[in-house]
Amino acid sequence: MTMHPLTRVLLGLACILVGLWLVAPTLVVVPMSFNENKSLAFPPQGFSWQWYQNFVTNPEWSTSFFNSLKVAVVVAILATVLGTLAAFGLDRMRARPAGLLRMLLLTPMVVPGVVLAIGIYAVYLDARLVGTMTGFVLAHTILALPFVLIAVQASLEVFDKRLETAAASLGAGRIATFRTVTLPLIAPGILSGLLFAFVTSFDEIIVSLFITSPYMKTLPVQIFTSITRDADPTVAAVGTILLCATTILIGGGLLLLGRDRRSSL
Amino acid sequence: MSETGKQRGAAIDLSAVSKAYGSFRALDDISLHVEPGEFMTLLGPSGSGKTTTLNVIAGFTEVSSGSLQVGGRSVVGVPAHKRNIGVVFQHYALFPHMTVGRNVAYPLALRGIAKAEREARVKRALDMVRMADFAHRYPSELSGGQQQRVALARAIVFDPPLLLMDEPLGALDKKLREWLQLEIKRIHRELGTTFVYVTHDQEEALVLSDRIAVFNRGKIEQVGTGRDLYDAPATLFVGRFIGDSTVLRGRPRGDRSSTALDIAGETVTAPHRHAGDTQPVLLLRPEKLTIRRPGSDRRDGHNRLSGTVSEAIYLGSGSKYEVRLRDGSTAIVRSPLTDTSFAIGETVELCFRGEDAKLLADDSTADTTLT
Repeated sequence: MTMHPLTRVLLGLACILVGLWLVAPTLVVVPMSFNENKSLAFPPQGFSWQWYQNFVTNPEWSTSFFNSLKVAVVVAILATVLGTLAAFGLDRMRARPAGLLRMLLLTPMVVPGVVLAIGIYAVYLDARLVGTMTGFVLAHTILALPFVLIAVQASLEVFDKRLETAAASLGAGRIATFRTVTLPLIAPGILSGLLFAFVTSFDEIIVSLFITSPYMKTLPVQIFTSITRDADPTVAAVGTILLCATTILIGGGLLLLGRDRRSSL
Repeated sequence: MSETGKQRGAAIDLSAVSKAYGSFRALDDISLHVEPGEFMTLLGPSGSGKTTTLNVIAGFTEVSSGSLQVGGRSVVGVPAHKRNIGVVFQHYALFPHMTVGRNVAYPLALRGIAKAEREARVKRALDMVRMADFAHRYPSELSGGQQQRVALARAIVFDPPLLLMDEPLGALDKKLREWLQLEIKRIHRELGTTFVYVTHDQEEALVLSDRIAVFNRGKIEQVGTGRDLYDAPATLFVGRFIGDSTVLRGRPRGDRSSTALDIAGETVTAPHRHAGDTQPVLLLRPEKLTIRRPGSDRRDGHNRLSGTVSEAIYLGSGSKYEVRLRDGSTAIVRSPLTDTSFAIGETVELCFRGEDAKLLADDSTADTTLT
């Protein structure tokens, strides 16, 4: 198809504009994190690593970072196991009840976060789970489960169940079939579910704000309280670190999925 | 594939096997005996129960009632992975994440066979299907025919006494199919394993099988050699499913010792006794009919039918004609290469000897299931 040169230029401009609009707000934090002064002014003045240093040395920041990391790791594992089991169960159920159950399991994605947060907070008050590791893990798992479910279900849909029949004919029992045939073939789906679950927990803020306590803060909560209290550029430094980390994680996940799709052709 | 070469396959005995899905009877009181080492083909239209029978033997489907023995032992209730039966599927079912070599080694690894022996047996199995050079490829890098040969190697590498094949060549083109048919025949001869082969292609069944079981609507119509089924079909369904045929229907007349049919004013007779209350039909194979111009000299003892040529097909070794008879039905005639040829629209006369016609009962259901 040939395109008028002017059309091509306009199209290119439109693409650049949309791209900038999407990315610019995120990228603003990067220069801000190198600010010399204790302000979140943009454009920043001078250049210094001091806010990164503060992130590493200030216990308030490093503790909340490790809290987040711990919660996210446990949530990723828990949500992946539960979500994978759920996806398998739904896959082998009759269509109608499976559809209903699936909707139920996906509600945490649809229900407004604040509503969910209020509900969880109310329950946690009674159960004494506010400000506890267990509380964070349970709440984040609910939120992360749908992502695992969707990812694993997607790979189960393209998985050829007749391969399991073939494995049985060759002498493989149920468990051997799962281990040697099913699991390796849906592993990319499980892995991307794991990544999404981790990221969901790691940057969760709404529910976390409700169930946090001065003794148990996650990194997003710490960022929020810090930025509402004073204009600490450490927030920008943390933001930059998170930006790099998530880009690598999600980018890796997408690459993994993309490679799987190509090899299955 | 034991070192001694030929090994005996397992016998199969299905006795009064039924399989029902709700009110639908996929298998309706099937009994079938397969000899050790025999090549048995289950032939029939789709939905006739042939694949269900295969799945029952493989253990993928449990029987609703009846008994099933493989190698003299009942396997009812034994899960598929404990039956030690090789299965080749129409869709190849190779594991896409394993190389050809690992696919073929898979059943051996499950059986805990040591690596050295495993490699030797994988090589032998791949040699047998002429795929030894492809051991390091992935299935996605192979053509359909190559994939199916690997699947065959994987199904025989663990020396099962019985190999089941479910339309294994169904997804391949004609040339490749014909070549692989001969390969399968050769492998059957070399292994001595019992083969049960499902197909809806009657030519394929005739090429491959020792015996053929013809399925229709969850029942077996007839079991026999290809020749049995062609020359002496037990039912009209079998007669029409195997080979070309002309079916003559008409008002029955005649006495106890012979059958006469009035077909739109012309009478044909056959020296067979027509028994009972069913509607008699006569079935004729194309080579039993002679085609000629009307008014030629009459031959005694021959039935004559007039019609017009509706299709003429040159076959090289002869010609095949479709002739529309007076009652609107179509007769199929094969004539050897002669000087005379007939044009479409020409009025002709068909002759046959009464004893060459096969008298069968009209099961009008055959019409609907054939389509």
